Amino acid sequence: MAGGHAHALHLDTGSLVHRFPPEAKVAATVAFTIAVVATPREQFWAFGAYALLVAAVAVLARVPARWLLTRSLIELPFVLFAFLLPFVGTGERVGWLGLSLSVDGLYGAWNILAKGTLGVLASLLLAASTTTRDLILGLDRLRCPQILTQIATFMLRYLDVLAGEARRMRIARLSRGDDPRFLWQLRGYAAGVGALFLRAFERGERVYLAMVSRGYDGRLPPGWREAGAATAGQWAGAAVVPAAAAAVAVTAVLR
Amino acid sequence: MSLDVRGVRYAYPDGHVALAGVDLAVTRGERVALLGPNGAGKTTLVLHLNGILTGGGGSVAVGGLTVDRDRATLAEIRRRVGIVFQDPDDQLFLPTVAEDVAFGPANLGLRGAELAARVDEALAAVGMSEHRERAPHHLSFGQRRRVAVATVLAMHPEILVLDEPSSNLDPASRRELAEILRELPVTLLMVTHDLPYALELCHRSVILDAGRIVADGPTGSLLADADLLARHRLELPYGFVGAAPAGHGAQPGTLPAGDTVVSRG
Repeated sequence: MAGGHAHALHLDTGSLVHRFPPEAKVAATVAFTIAVVATPREQFWAFGAYALLVAAVAVLARVPARWLLTRSLIELPFVLFAFLLPFVGTGERVGWLGLSLSVDGLYGAWNILAKGTLGVLASLLLAASTTTRDLILGLDRLRCPQILTQIATFMLRYLDVLAGEARRMRIARLSRGDDPRFLWQLRGYAAGVGALFLRAFERGERVYLAMVSRGYDGRLPPGWREAGAATAGQWAGAAVVPAAAAAVAVTAVLR
Repeated sequence: MSLDVRGVRYAYPDGHVALAGVDLAVTRGERVALLGPNGAGKTTLVLHLNGILTGGGGSVAVGGLTVDRDRATLAEIRRRVGIVFQDPDDQLFLPTVAEDVAFGPANLGLRGAELAARVDEALAAVGMSEHRERAPHHLSFGQRRRVAVATVLAMHPEILVLDEPSSNLDPASRRELAEILRELPVTLLMVTHDLPYALELCHRSVILDAGRIVADGPTGSLLADADLLARHRLELPYGFVGAAPAGHGAQPGTLPAGDTVVSRG
């Protein structure tokens, strides 16, 4: 069967950070990211302070640096164009190793790289310490519209099922000698994607029928979601990191 | 009377007649197998039992309550008829086993400790208590089918309807499920073309073909009637032909010759 394991971005070390309620962690991550983004790019020291905060949380969560850094490479395609900025930027220029670089472009590149990296690291820490299931639960408790959390819930449940179907269809195709190497040989693949869509559609219908058979009337009952919500103490604990980040951001803006 | 189906007819929008007047009565506590070849209308009949399909004529009553379009009636009917669908991946849609089992009773308005008690009880009945926090896709197929049974047991149904319960199960899971089903104190309607499974679990069987009930009688007698089976594209697996094996529904080693099969075909 498909999957069989927890999500690749989750690292269960059972630390204090892992045991925090998800809604507090989600809110803290968002607040931290906002503080980082609001910081003026010239205040280099502030980004150093943020990096220390991230490192402190990583240590507390017992997430190894290597684990974090390899996964943060996901950021690369998104910041690639930041490396172009020093070359294409306008205004004052400086010479470095025989290259003429734009000062404004250098600042721009630094801005994207530093803020992007901090955001990715914070998200990775959230993902490492929170199961996908808990993330949705946290969003739900933060009053995220139920339609969005419901969609996310279905996605979480059926992504593996669909991936398994896609894999079995692919194997069946390859077993009959399909070996698409060129664009004009993609017919089988394209038909497979269409068939997969139809199967997903039909499954959706059957899932709905099964839900209606158990009394579903358009709203998921709240019942089992109330237990385990964050206490005031846990909110305060989770607020430490974003509060520190906010203090850094305010200082950086005022300087 | 748990289930009373009278003259139910249904034609799909393309004109294909799936049910051409079905009569079926099941008394409380009975275990009945609904046999029939592919395309006989078995699943269509199942969807009539809890009012998902209606409007073709005839009536369905569950525990004395007649299915109609009234919302409150439908809600009660869906509590009384617990349908376990063929593919557990269709039934189990929530991220953890416990949440999925809680879904039905929560729809009935149960909350808190009462809801938790229903979940515990249903999971215990299918032997899945220790897997309550796991994700359905981490379970084996047999385990998922057992959880699917638990999701409707938690609603305390009047009648449990199983659509092809033995399909895709390995022999051990098949036997484990049979042991669980045999112990459940509920009325059972089992849709299947797995004839040995019907013999093992159900004393009585009905054969549905071309939208009609064509035979109704003790499972052992029906399965001993080779002509009847052949007329309706039903076959015992290789090695079983000519002598239905001993099972829970029949006397061990003998076929109950005294029982009469009511053939309506």
